Amino acid sequence: MKDRDEIAEKLAASGYIADPELATAIALMRMLRRPLLLEGEAGVGKTEVARALAAALGTELIRLQCYEGLDQSAALYEWNYQRQLLAIQAHQGDRASEIEDAIFSEKYLLERPLLAALRRDKPPVLLIDEIDRADDEFEAFLLEILSDFQITIPELGTVAARSIPHVVLTSNGTRELSDALRRRCLYHYVDYPDVDREARIILARVPGVSTSLALQIARMVEAVRKEELRKTPGVAETLDWAAALVGLDVRDLHDAPEVVHETLMCLLKTREDSARFKPEVTARLLGKVA
Amino acid sequence: MSCCGSPITCDEMNEASRRVAEKLSAFMKTLRDNAFAVGLREGRDAARLIAEGYAETPALLRSAFKHLFSARKADWDKFDGLFDAFWLGKRVRSRSAVRGAAKAADTPSLKSLRDAAMPQAGGEGPLDQVATPEGGEDEAAGRSGEGRMEGASRAENLANVDFRKLADPDQVEKANEAAERLAHAMRTRLTRRDRVSRRGRRLDLRRTIHANITHGGAPITLLRRRRRDKPLRLVVLLDASGSMSMYTGVFLRFIHGVLDRFHQAEAFLFHTRLAHVSDAMRERDAARALDRLSVMAQGAGGGTRIGECLATFNRAHAARVINSRTCVMIVSDGYETADAKLLGHEMAALRRRCKRIAWLNPMMGWQGYAPEAAGIKAALPFVDLYAPAHTLASLAALEPYLARI
Repeated sequence: MKDRDEIAEKLAASGYIADPELATAIALMRMLRRPLLLEGEAGVGKTEVARALAAALGTELIRLQCYEGLDQSAALYEWNYQRQLLAIQAHQGDRASEIEDAIFSEKYLLERPLLAALRRDKPPVLLIDEIDRADDEFEAFLLEILSDFQITIPELGTVAARSIPHVVLTSNGTRELSDALRRRCLYHYVDYPDVDREARIILARVPGVSTSLALQIARMVEAVRKEELRKTPGVAETLDWAAALVGLDVRDLHDAPEVVHETLMCLLKTREDSARFKPEVTARLLGKVA
Repeated sequence: MSCCGSPITCDEMNEASRRVAEKLSAFMKTLRDNAFAVGLREGRDAARLIAEGYAETPALLRSAFKHLFSARKADWDKFDGLFDAFWLGKRVRSRSAVRGAAKAADTPSLKSLRDAAMPQAGGEGPLDQVATPEGGEDEAAGRSGEGRMEGASRAENLANVDFRKLADPDQVEKANEAAERLAHAMRTRLTRRDRVSRRGRRLDLRRTIHANITHGGAPITLLRRRRRDKPLRLVVLLDASGSMSMYTGVFLRFIHGVLDRFHQAEAFLFHTRLAHVSDAMRERDAARALDRLSVMAQGAGGGTRIGECLATFNRAHAARVINSRTCVMIVSDGYETADAKLLGHEMAALRRRCKRIAWLNPMMGWQGYAPEAAGIKAALPFVDLYAPAHTLASLAALEPYLARI
């Protein structure tokens, strides 16, 4: 309970303008020791949540970026074969068992993100980014780690977690995740921020922007998102646009409709969208923005 | 909760917590009725949340429970309503409505789809001038349809019934679901193509060392890894013109299934112009996806311009969506209302780009159909597979072909 208010304060202090429910999610995640699954459109700031959490908790962020074909040796650990081979050459006179003990020790172990997250003294934030891009097999393997928080390295034995990391998973929904994984996690749907929150994000992130301009930008972006676009602009695009407007010395969107239209193109990321977004469309949207 | 100052006896405490537990399990049952996947563990955690003081205000408890019990966007969206109905007694009527809505068949968007797929609803397509040649054959097909079924009951043997002849809305719904399931099954089988290889480019050090233990550690047998095969990419171009109106419903569901499961698949609709619909179709909820499409799928009127649409596709999309392992699947009856020469030309251009072109023609299942329309004649020389697609069985027959590519 108290934890929750504390987290909300710390998130705010670290510069992340959080949706109020997110603080609840994070408090629950710490209390129940469950991973947090964040879903939402690309560009709503899912990855940013993990960053802000790490900053708020004052701990390390360990990131595992998933991709198709990601396997254990890239996610968990790998032996440093080159060094091992060198060591074997160097110790050629020694007894075989000694060499073996030497080369299968921690010195020759390359930590990958998952192992690294288990071996920290202070619980880190483990971000497993875009889990939907990884294969089904990897998801099953991850499930095992997330429930036991220990892994077995055949040559070394079982490594139990020194501290239980705070696990954040993100998914863009390019593939349906398994029910088992979903059930193990707390779920939070990250939506595009509403106008007020987006304006506050702009104010926090873009230096030199006035409150009225930030509000105008946020309203305009909200209007753009309601258009049928192939790629809906995310928060990062909003910030880029705000920075562009500030750089071009625009104080009020209504003063410079042409500049608004031209810079608006940095919100649009596909050819079709830019082709559809004629100056008239900008003018119409601008008309709605008070 | 230790916040209360007034003395409570042990019995009263037990009584209170028993009531809370009962209410909680009733709530979890409601959630299960509404397709939430909640188990014992969630129940335990929920009880813990209450004990930790999250029950202080309803809004806080709702937010906490929402994170705990939801597992997907659909859960997330309907949770607030369920919570309010159960714990706060608000909008009790809407709760029962939520229960009913779990049956997807009742949503309006599905109904509109069903109508679109129903043969009797043919009149709603404004493009009947294109469909005129069907008139005569329709009856012939009807007769032959009876003959083909050989006594099997129509309700049971959906696989071999022409989609056109599905009159009962329930049957149409079943066929749509089957099409979607089929698409799912195709994906899982199609992409399971990686094989252990000894001819890869990269050395697999770990396996090499292990394999060479017998040689005293000297690397004699080298093991290699090979990258996974690029999975097959599927691009579906669906003719949504009036002449196809009886089939579009089923194919839309099929495409929805394909897009849901293939990592790399794109879908386009065309009638007089081409529309890129992958994003709309990626909507997880089939009903909503089809809702978003209903406008695009209607057709603007004025026939089918396959050639022009293919030209648009080649110019604007092909470079992005086609790679060397792409199969382009065109679902159309091939009734071109514009110049057939252009169609031939564009088919040739498409042929040079992709791995395979499959043309699925629902009309092929009709008795006495011959590819005589100018459009299909111009296109056929460039097509690798020309197959019927009027029943579920004929859709299923595609899978082995795609798996070989």
